[in-house]
Amino acid sequence: MTIKAVALISGGLDSLLAAKLIQHQGIEVVGINFFTGFCVEGHTHAIRNREGSRPKRNNALWVAEQLGIKLHIIDVVEEYKNVVINPRHGYGANLNPCLDCKIFMIGKAREWIAQHGFDFIITGEVNGQRPKSQLRRFMPQVAEESGADDLLLRPLCAKNLPPTRPELEGWVDREQLKDFSGRSRKPQMALAAEFGFEDYAQPAGGCCFLTDKTYSVKLQDLWDNRGRREYELDDIMLLKVGRHIRPSSAFKLIIAREEGETRYLSGYRKQFQTIKTVSHGGPLALIEGAQLDPQQLELACAITGRFSQGRDAESVEFEFSDHNQDLHSVNVKPLRPAQIDPEWIIL
Amino acid sequence: MSDVVELDARRLLCPMPVIRLQDCINQQAPGTRVEITCTDPGTLHDIPTWCRLNGHRVLATTEQQDDYIFLVHKDADAS
Repeated sequence: MTIKAVALISGGLDSLLAAKLIQHQGIEVVGINFFTGFCVEGHTHAIRNREGSRPKRNNALWVAEQLGIKLHIIDVVEEYKNVVINPRHGYGANLNPCLDCKIFMIGKAREWIAQHGFDFIITGEVNGQRPKSQLRRFMPQVAEESGADDLLLRPLCAKNLPPTRPELEGWVDREQLKDFSGRSRKPQMALAAEFGFEDYAQPAGGCCFLTDKTYSVKLQDLWDNRGRREYELDDIMLLKVGRHIRPSSAFKLIIAREEGETRYLSGYRKQFQTIKTVSHGGPLALIEGAQLDPQQLELACAITGRFSQGRDAESVEFEFSDHNQDLHSVNVKPLRPAQIDPEWIIL
Repeated sequence: MSDVVELDARRLLCPMPVIRLQDCINQQAPGTRVEITCTDPGTLHDIPTWCRLNGHRVLATTEQQDDYIFLVHKDADAS
């Protein structure tokens, strides 16, 4: 009988090691990775300037390649909305519903193993490593509420937890599992060295934009101004890009900060009103809101001009594309820094 | 020679182009070729990697202005 496990692969060191520990025991491991739309990597790689020196790799794919396993990337954007909008267990420090997220993803993995004939689930969780979702007292709750129950094995901290079915059935040798706990990364780094992994994603404050304060403020602003807690994929992608400035409740400007962002925002030209500096070098700005009236348009251009090479000029020419993509020429003096109300800037 | 299934993944950022390719390939018969057009430069790394991991082949990669076009072959022995 071939025992098969599915590993939740985030692309970080912990999931790499957890999968490797099980693979090392001769068990067939396949990876799954869930795409929620809030994942930090991938999108941020693509939006930034192409001249950047860091490799543009998806860490989950890279981890799978290190392990020599198949990876299934599953789009959960639609289903995940309910986790973000109505978390049963509330949010963390920002709009991060970490406990609900964990329950959701392990629940999806539980469905996946049932559909594909796999025997159990592996995660790279370490008790005490993160607040709430990885506290030891919440671990049984995650297993229970996800429906995974004793088919959920956490190889990096298994010895701190009651034995699971893979251990009790003898599919996995519990003695070869670990008892890691807490925030220290030293045991993981030592284990990585033992397995010969030298290059792996360094932890950098989580892999989800919802743990980021600035991002959460932007999402809350979006909900507040729409009067309802909902979003589409494009909304949450755009919150990752540019300066977000809301001079009135009627509209918000998303102003590119560099060439890569201008290129990315250009893809939204047909969906938004846009402003482009014509007489000087400058960023592209998307305008989210109803058709601008002349006063609003003048203000939007004056703000955009502040971030152009014509910021000190007496007059800057802009090209405004309205909702019908009809083009209008506008000449405005850019605002001085002191004229931009700090209240307008959404962090 | 079988027809080529065309996929437009322009403006999508990784991993969405990979997900589109994966979902398309999973519905095709072995031997099918899929041509996917992307704009995310990350696909230059991610699509060949996904193909290697899952037993498919990238037959050709071409760059046309801001587009990256991959011709992928679904191999007969890949599940």
